[in-house]
Amino acid sequence: MNRFIAFVKKEFLHIFRDYRTMMILFIMPIAQILIFGFAITTEIQNASIAILDKSKDEVTRELTQKLLASGYFSADQYLSSESEIESAFKQGRAKMVIVYESNFGNNYEKIGASNIQLICDASDPNTARILSQYAEGIFASYNRTNQAIGIIPEVRMFYNENLDGFYMSIPGIMAMILMLVSAMMTSISITREKEFGSMEVLLISPLRPLQIILGKVTPYILMAVINTISILALGYWVFGVPVKGSLALLLFECILFTILALSLGILISTVAKNQMVAMFVSMFALMLPVILLSGFIFPIDNMPVILQWISNIIPPKWFIIIVKTIMLKGGGLEYIWKETLILIAFIVVFVGLSVKKFNIRLQD
Amino acid sequence: MEKEKVIIVKDLVKKFGNFIANDHLNFHVDKGEIFGFLGANGAGKTTAMRILCGLSKPSSGLVEVAGFNVKTNAEDVKKRIGYMSQKFSLFEDLTIWENMRFFSTVYGMSRSNFKARGQLLLQKLNLFDERNRLVSTLSLGWKQKLAFTVAILHEPSIVFLDEPTGGVDPITRRQFWEMIYEAADDGITVFVTTHYMDEAEYCNRVTIMVDGRIDALDTPSELKKQFKAESMNEVFLSLAR
Repeated sequence: MNRFIAFVKKEFLHIFRDYRTMMILFIMPIAQILIFGFAITTEIQNASIAILDKSKDEVTRELTQKLLASGYFSADQYLSSESEIESAFKQGRAKMVIVYESNFGNNYEKIGASNIQLICDASDPNTARILSQYAEGIFASYNRTNQAIGIIPEVRMFYNENLDGFYMSIPGIMAMILMLVSAMMTSISITREKEFGSMEVLLISPLRPLQIILGKVTPYILMAVINTISILALGYWVFGVPVKGSLALLLFECILFTILALSLGILISTVAKNQMVAMFVSMFALMLPVILLSGFIFPIDNMPVILQWISNIIPPKWFIIIVKTIMLKGGGLEYIWKETLILIAFIVVFVGLSVKKFNIRLQD
Repeated sequence: MEKEKVIIVKDLVKKFGNFIANDHLNFHVDKGEIFGFLGANGAGKTTAMRILCGLSKPSSGLVEVAGFNVKTNAEDVKKRIGYMSQKFSLFEDLTIWENMRFFSTVYGMSRSNFKARGQLLLQKLNLFDERNRLVSTLSLGWKQKLAFTVAILHEPSIVFLDEPTGGVDPITRRQFWEMIYEAADDGITVFVTTHYMDEAEYCNRVTIMVDGRIDALDTPSELKKQFKAESMNEVFLSLAR
């Protein structure tokens, strides 16, 4: 036990003496949260629109007024004929064109139905979808306030009523940072011992291989817990992201995911020859899939079927589902036991593989 | 009276697939002896040394180090040996004292024992006042001398030195060998590999490995007589060619 403690102490000294490691461990998570929170937002404000009003009456003026007052849109230009629509897009200013039919107000008041056309620039499909939804919402509310005919669809965004993009990115950022801190840092620190030849000295010493691996991993578990707490705290106090479910359960799942990432890091270190390789493998094999395929930035439902399949073997996907369920929906273990079991299965596989690799190396 | 044997190797064979790295090695090392282990690159020295240190298991044959069988009691062997290689000396981002304390704990020394012996050894090197310096600030020669000190800190029965003086200047090599002699006088057996033939002359006995076999084993002066050579360099060349 003394040996193990001495080893962990040594690891902490390595971490504290290297200011680059310290930066990655402590500054980067905070920087990422702030960048994602403030700079990258999927919300759209003041999108330029063009308006082609063939009716020019009371109702269309009121509707236009409502659209512009919502804050989502700003009028870029008023068109006078259909032929100008194309150029409104081509100049790249307008994201959406609104076309009122002629006699719009008349039809609305007399028949109770009138036609409006929303033309979106779908070269940016996400924006197009969001803008058309905003506009539809505004028309629907206009309907409601004036006359109640038929069924008016009421759209409400559950769990994230304001559609804050940041709510969505917090679980993803957590997955990314835990992956980075745990998998990348451990794989680098283990391969460093190999590269400098100290691993041999340690293996010749009475330290057991298991003690060496656990000693390597322990400091990073602690760091990951600190990072998780600081991300949650920043989210709560700076951006007002609540934790609706049990905090204890959330921490438990985070630690589980950390262990998963660590076992992945160990696996990488058994394959990688030096720190450089370890870093690149971690970067490309871990970070890119986390960012692209885990549903962190791009919705999995929108991916081609093959990528949806692949996303199933990306561990962070399951972690992100878990975190979203606990944080935003307030769900308990009964909703996420399946995903939790999947995480545990990943851990078993990775640890098994690394033990096998490690033993092969020792026997030679 | 027969001397106590700290390393006994009988018919050691190590195979990697079809390749035979060690082909029926037979030798023993006496207590307090400085035993030189020579051979060209790829002759199987490193493999044999890894087996002696308990890092790798022999395919067949008996290997006893410090009274224990390396195949069955590797953990007992590991506690009683020290190891130092040219490749790695010490953790660069730790201070001299932190390095020593780490290895002393790993080898199960008590705190008071470590303090006394650590201070004694560092004072011999005139490094005691510098003990809070980071190892990265030391020159290579000092690092190697310090690494040797760390390797014998826990008073092992045997210390294995894998090309300990590689890349070190002649004066430091000289000082290094003085340290080796001192350790041997204290009863620590020294098992050393080297490519410097002048260093081979400093050893009590020398083996020369060629293609996985031991082709010569005797005192340097006997070997020179046997091969009718002026120096160990000639002995080595006539064998390794």
